[in-house]
Amino acid sequence: MSAPETPISERSDCFQGYRGPARDALAKFSIGVWSEVEIVNDQGSAFVGVILPRSETADDQHVVIKLFNGYNVGIRADRIASAKETGYKKAVYKIPEKAFPFDPKKKSVTLLGTGGTIASRLDYRTGAVIPAFTPGELYGAVPELADIANLDTQKLFGVFSENMGPEQYKALAIAIGREIEKGVDGIVVGHGTDTMSHTGAILSFMVQNSPVPIVIVGSQRSSDRPSSDAALNLMNAVRTAAECEISEVMLCMFGPTSDNYDLLHRGTRCRKMHSSYRSTFRTIGATPLATVSRYPKVPGGSHFTYISQEILRRDKTRKPVINPSFEEKVTIQYYYPNFNPDIIDGLSAMGYRGMVIAGTGLGHVNKPIYPALKRAIQKGMTVVMTVQTLWGFAQMYVYDTGRDLLDLGIIPLDNMLIETAYMKLAWVLGQADDPTTIREMMTTPINHEIESREPHNGYLILQGGLPEVDAFVQKHWK
Amino acid sequence: MLDRLDYEAVGLISGLEVHQQLRTKHKLFCRCPAGLYTETHDGEVLRHMRPTLSELGEYDGTALMEFKTKKEIVYLLNHLNVCTYEMDDTPPFLVNQEAIDASIELCLMMNMDIIDEIHIARKQYLDGSIPTGFQRTAIIGVNGSLPFHGRDLTITHVSVEEDSCREVRDKGHQIVWRTDRLGMPLTETVTGPELRTPQEVRDAILLCGMTARSTQRVRTGIGASRQDVNVSVRGGDRVEIKGVPRAGYAVKLVHNEGIRQYNLLKLREELHRRGFTTRESIRVHPFDVSDICAGADLGFLRQAPSNGGKIFAVKVEGVAGLALHPTQPDTTFLDELSGRIRVIACLDEAPIVLSGALLPEFPGKHRMLERLRKRVRIKENDDYFIVFGPEEDCRTAADEIRLRFADATQGIPKETRQALVGGFTTFERILPGPDRMYPDTDSPPTPVTEARVATLRARLRPPPWERIERYMSWRVPEETCHYLIRRGGAEILDAVIEKTGVDGLVAAIAIGQHTRAMKRAGVPVERLGAGEWMQIFDLLTDGRIPRESIPVIAASVAKDGVSAEAAAAAAGVAMEPRERWLESVDRLTMDGYLAGKTDTPGKRLRFLTGRAVDQLLGKAPAKDVAEYLRQKLTEVPS
Repeated sequence: MSAPETPISERSDCFQGYRGPARDALAKFSIGVWSEVEIVNDQGSAFVGVILPRSETADDQHVVIKLFNGYNVGIRADRIASAKETGYKKAVYKIPEKAFPFDPKKKSVTLLGTGGTIASRLDYRTGAVIPAFTPGELYGAVPELADIANLDTQKLFGVFSENMGPEQYKALAIAIGREIEKGVDGIVVGHGTDTMSHTGAILSFMVQNSPVPIVIVGSQRSSDRPSSDAALNLMNAVRTAAECEISEVMLCMFGPTSDNYDLLHRGTRCRKMHSSYRSTFRTIGATPLATVSRYPKVPGGSHFTYISQEILRRDKTRKPVINPSFEEKVTIQYYYPNFNPDIIDGLSAMGYRGMVIAGTGLGHVNKPIYPALKRAIQKGMTVVMTVQTLWGFAQMYVYDTGRDLLDLGIIPLDNMLIETAYMKLAWVLGQADDPTTIREMMTTPINHEIESREPHNGYLILQGGLPEVDAFVQKHWK
Repeated sequence: MLDRLDYEAVGLISGLEVHQQLRTKHKLFCRCPAGLYTETHDGEVLRHMRPTLSELGEYDGTALMEFKTKKEIVYLLNHLNVCTYEMDDTPPFLVNQEAIDASIELCLMMNMDIIDEIHIARKQYLDGSIPTGFQRTAIIGVNGSLPFHGRDLTITHVSVEEDSCREVRDKGHQIVWRTDRLGMPLTETVTGPELRTPQEVRDAILLCGMTARSTQRVRTGIGASRQDVNVSVRGGDRVEIKGVPRAGYAVKLVHNEGIRQYNLLKLREELHRRGFTTRESIRVHPFDVSDICAGADLGFLRQAPSNGGKIFAVKVEGVAGLALHPTQPDTTFLDELSGRIRVIACLDEAPIVLSGALLPEFPGKHRMLERLRKRVRIKENDDYFIVFGPEEDCRTAADEIRLRFADATQGIPKETRQALVGGFTTFERILPGPDRMYPDTDSPPTPVTEARVATLRARLRPPPWERIERYMSWRVPEETCHYLIRRGGAEILDAVIEKTGVDGLVAAIAIGQHTRAMKRAGVPVERLGAGEWMQIFDLLTDGRIPRESIPVIAASVAKDGVSAEAAAAAAGVAMEPRERWLESVDRLTMDGYLAGKTDTPGKRLRFLTGRAVDQLLGKAPAKDVAEYLRQKLTEVPS
């Protein structure tokens, strides 16, 4: 152990996260965060190791030390009998960063970083995982990427998925447009998983007619874990960007929970369906577009199995339409029995211009809120109807309730997903004021956000359209 | 070859890591039942592992090694004992407090200092034994000791951790694990490196086992406790022998590891003598010799190319003859090479690696060897090794041969070795260091209050050494004491003595020795709890049954499930009132006694006593009958 070179008073934040008695104890013994110490407690037990920063949400009674056997323990501050600093070494949590090798025979892909757990590290302040790896460092962690494509990386922002919003969507759309202009063969967007499908939806509207694939990818197990899905997802996403025929905004995430293949989901049609499973993303109201796997099924063969025939094909001569508009005064209201009409009046009074209702069944709400809806629509609010069931269509002619709602001016959106409807409405209201134009835009599909036909094997919790799942269902369907 | 080892002279030191499953209802981090084992599965999951960074930003050596092996890992799942937590698709739930309590009790029994705030850490294992790629573990206590061979054996720390999967098979690049045991809580007790002989290692294992069992909080049976034994000799380095199933096996394993290290140090001397003093000085050259060897009339060499594999000759400069340097008894350095190649390069077709000098005879051998030597341009002091299998694995094997020789220039590589039958060990993995530890960001720390520790201390059972001292003061044999503590009889014994006031030695012999004999005879002795024994000893202390009848009654209680009283009656051993059996003794005659000239009164007394005891077995106390007869015969002059 080296003798401490920097006196404790000159180290920045040497009490990082410590408060109250714990901080007092550190000060009393002239030790601080990253001090190498020997602490002896009131029972004569010796602890030799490094003082770690304390999570700010933890109590103020304990000092955390990482012992030299690698374990962490918390020592109660008032039990410390003596403590001596024997060295000082600040931890550097960094993966080896290497320049990405260039191979003229390979396709070029740009990875745009937004944050999220596909690029993460430990945070001592909260004891949690924070987005911090630059996309360049990702190569140090996943060198296999060099076998797939020439990768250029750009960190746009470092935010958690839940902090993505209009500002980021616009920046992302513009950045994608710029990369397409440069002539890349595909774009990968690193993203946290919580709102990944929201981003998939908005990018489907903001970036239309892309000549190359735009692939959003993340991970359900952070990359600080050996069993993380991050590396495989990233490899498959880069492969998709470089080689896949489908030139749409897609999500690339685990198909099954096994390290087997990723599914490519259309940006307007998928949803996170499990809070922690690896295979959390499911295409809804349709089948996934394709599978992508790390190794081809036969040596030298394709890494892709195409499921859907209705796809926009890669064509580098095509010009994309970049339209980054977004109206922020838009809301989703999830209907439930005892839903109070005040909520609608309140939103209207606050100047909300658009409302997506997630209705029950075929797209219903109860009568007591009709007057409020009428007032809101008359004041200029666009109200659209989607279904809570996620699967199936808003079919408002079936019951009187539905017809009454149509009379009020509510726009039914068929089988558009709730979150997709939100993103589309925000995007439409960001560029249109006229009710007729708005209605026209909302009901005309741009990229399958409304499917005219629902495939018979689409509605399968186990994700229909895949041969093994179909075989399973056939076997068990009594 | 060295069979005997002066442990003191070679500076043998050993320490233990004793793993003991805790008896809790649920697993450590989820709500699955603990201890429910299944041999079938209803789901499979496939995973791979990648090394990650430790908290201090370094890659762990083991992690890198295991990454090199590129294993496909398959988990077999059964919905009865596994949820989405075990398959790493759900984050951990809050740590099982029952397990924390049990661990604290174990710590208190070993006089340890309980950690004020418990922090869960992740310990990386990339062999797939845990689907997350790490074991969640936490130190519970530090700075304890056990009374051992007249001194204190240091207990460095005790941690609580989740148990791993059970291996089903490991072949080539695929390893299969069963997940039923995964996540069950177990404690790891780590001793100081203070054991000096294989016998001490065995005794320390027994002591740790008895201590754990004395808490009444641990599981027993196959696999419920396992130990790793760390061994080094002076000038050597720590080698961990993993998975020693029983204390007795440790003796030979530790002895053989001592010999192995002694021999490897001799090998280092020889390497240094030849000028190989640094790791870099070892030079290795792999050659594809499939074309030369394919024609060889040796089964495994013929098969390799036909299965799409290759045959490689790996030349190592200047190491002629060293592959045959002895290591463990009956093994050589070649086994060290084959262990590494098997695990890391996944080449597991026997004989894994061949020394050119050791090829069996076959037609055309000399011609083939000639061509081989020419191809690899071998010089007088060089040696070469043959490996076969997929080309990529052969190249990994060549590198492992280089690395193992490089290690040999430095002495003993730090590694984990697997215990095999017969007391031998084989390479399992490079010994992991602290770099594989990092905090579990999914779990908050758990403060342990003084009140909680005090409550647990109050319910603590007596430690084994206290019981042994107490029982031995009653003249109970030491081995019986151990048996009682290990098998849970001590708890029954203490309860029975307290309730019935029975003589300690009598009860200890009955519970600690007679049950053992009954168990061997197939009697379901586990049915004999404290309640059953209390009934039996109540009859004894009331003078209603003779001591000799205890095994008969106990066996009957266990087998027939009846009360002690009914069992005594059925066996016809209910004691007769003193007047009744006195009458019977009085009626005894000398009929059948063949007198001789030199007969003494003593001889006649023995004859009568024998006859009386036979007749009154189970009806009168033998000691009293003999005493009565002795008095009677001395009163009446013959």
